[in-house]
Amino acid sequence: MQQEAMVREGPPGKTTAQFRQGSALRQLWETNLEVFQRDKMALFGLCIFAVFALVALLAPLIAPNDPLTPLKNADGDWIKDALPYWLAEPGEDEAEGYTNEFFLGTTNIGRDIFSQLIHGSRSALLVGFSAAAAVAVIGTIVGLLAGYYGGWVDTVLMRAADVAFGIPFIPFIIVIAAFFDPSIWNVVLAMAVLLWRDTGRVIRSQVLVIKEQAFVSAARVSGASDLRIIFVYIAPSILPLSFLYGSFAIAWAILTEASVSFLGFSDPNTISWGFMLQDAFLSLALTRGAFYWIIPPGLCIMLTVMAGFFIGRGYEEVLFPRLRRM
Amino acid sequence: MNRGIAYYILGRFLQSLMVLWIIVTLLFLLFRLAPSNPLASYIDTTFTKEQEAALLARFGLDKPLGEQYIIYLLNLARFELGDTFSYSGKSVLDILSADLPNTIYLTLSSLLVAYAVGVLGGIAMAALRGSLFERVGTTFTLMTRAAPTFWVGMLLLSFFAFQWKLLPSAGIGPAVVRYRWETEWDKLMSPVFWRHMILPTFTLALYLHGLPLLLMRSNMLEVLDQDYVTMSRLAGYSEWRVMIHTAARNAMLPVLTALTLGIGYSIGGNVVIENVFSWPGLGRTLVRAVQQADYPLAQGAFFLIALIIVFMNFIADILYSLLDPRVGASAQAQVS
Repeated sequence: MQQEAMVREGPPGKTTAQFRQGSALRQLWETNLEVFQRDKMALFGLCIFAVFALVALLAPLIAPNDPLTPLKNADGDWIKDALPYWLAEPGEDEAEGYTNEFFLGTTNIGRDIFSQLIHGSRSALLVGFSAAAAVAVIGTIVGLLAGYYGGWVDTVLMRAADVAFGIPFIPFIIVIAAFFDPSIWNVVLAMAVLLWRDTGRVIRSQVLVIKEQAFVSAARVSGASDLRIIFVYIAPSILPLSFLYGSFAIAWAILTEASVSFLGFSDPNTISWGFMLQDAFLSLALTRGAFYWIIPPGLCIMLTVMAGFFIGRGYEEVLFPRLRRM
Repeated sequence: MNRGIAYYILGRFLQSLMVLWIIVTLLFLLFRLAPSNPLASYIDTTFTKEQEAALLARFGLDKPLGEQYIIYLLNLARFELGDTFSYSGKSVLDILSADLPNTIYLTLSSLLVAYAVGVLGGIAMAALRGSLFERVGTTFTLMTRAAPTFWVGMLLLSFFAFQWKLLPSAGIGPAVVRYRWETEWDKLMSPVFWRHMILPTFTLALYLHGLPLLLMRSNMLEVLDQDYVTMSRLAGYSEWRVMIHTAARNAMLPVLTALTLGIGYSIGGNVVIENVFSWPGLGRTLVRAVQQADYPLAQGAFFLIALIIVFMNFIADILYSLLDPRVGASAQAQVS
């Protein structure tokens, strides 16, 4: 995924005009606005996130059943492997003693799949956004410090990036999972520890360009401290790049969380889409062709990941204008 | 080869060793300073204190941490990875050396398919820019990159293996004695093995083809703007010749570097697919080792995967600087 952003590499456009001091924050806001005004796909991505965020917030209200409790019918039997009502033959389920009200059926131990799907949006968005925030913040700070100070600071931070590039990502999370209690935060932790590397490198090279600009020397001459120059003068102009990498990191985090849960290293008491797929896989939903169970979680993952891609691409279009004519 | 390049390679090599040493140290700290005793799952509650001490001594866990660290480094350097906890009597190296070829076959075959499709697809998309084909193609590629690979694998499994019963669903061969191949060569010559490889290869290739395709497409578009391409058009060469001979050859370079890096990262990323298809490779062993708290095995598998990635990063760097001396050190940042 990190490659996604690197596929089209090049210096961001809008150079000097963007770096005027003072109006930096307003410029930043305008860049963000421009992304969603210009790029309809980015706006679409934002809408996808908005819908899923709403679902996640209201999950207990929308979900017809508890996602973890196996359900029983009137006779006290578990409602196992119920088909979705739109797939079941009329009368078939009534014969077994319950009225089928399950939009996506039930699992092999009688949990409501549709309710799980709704609750799954919570872990996906939680992991996606917190991991992306961690990656963007760490990467931005590393890039700013390495680029601005140069010298040994730069050497240490960039060698650290080399190390991060040498550590296999998914295996690292699995090893982390071996030592900590299963939790969705393992993914966030591992991403924060490893994936700042791309953001850090790109932002560093951008800072190298910006710190040669006249307004930075002007600030230095007028007596601004290093930290003030970094965070007040330089940071606002590279923040759109952080947003770009942040959006791709959301997508990457959701995919990773799904993979790790699928491998069985997630908290079994937290429903996530990856966990649902693992559950389906282990209870042989594949052999039975229970597509009503397998397809929906995957589609949700795909939609949210694509939303991250769309927004990231929107930033690319604005930051790398030479791509627009392609 | 001139002197500058030799120095560059040596420098990169030393740097890779350094990176590897840091990774290995982090690994040591992670495994030794973990809240739980590495032998916790191994030591039965019925063990007496003496038995427990004897066991700790056997694995060298009674020594001071510094000494353990030195022994650990020396052992890794000699590729002595110790004994497994969960497979009785087998060394970590036994298990891993049986797994490694399977992982490599799967990685190489899927990368081969992915890069062939990706490069050709990228050329086609660049040539047909703005057409319906391009729009449908890029949307499809975007979707394959957004779909979780294990889910795609599950869908392919349920259709090809379970619904239509066309292809085997798991492993590298039937669990019958006559399919335990004597040598790797026998395995590679066996049609049964290749039949088992089709689904996982296809699943991985479906995901992996996106990067070379998008890279190739954007490089082609860039190259097509260059003067020498315009010149060869003006010289009256056919559009086909311009595309393939002039443009594609020059647009290939970053794709080749991406392929080299891809080998390393795919070996790390295969973990999930190996588990979907019960493919007996490094990733599946790593997952099992962690589940069974077999720390020596987990540590060995992780070390081997990291070693491959660092090595391939090194090769990619060298390759890039040899092929295009202008770019030199910034090579890695472009494609990783």
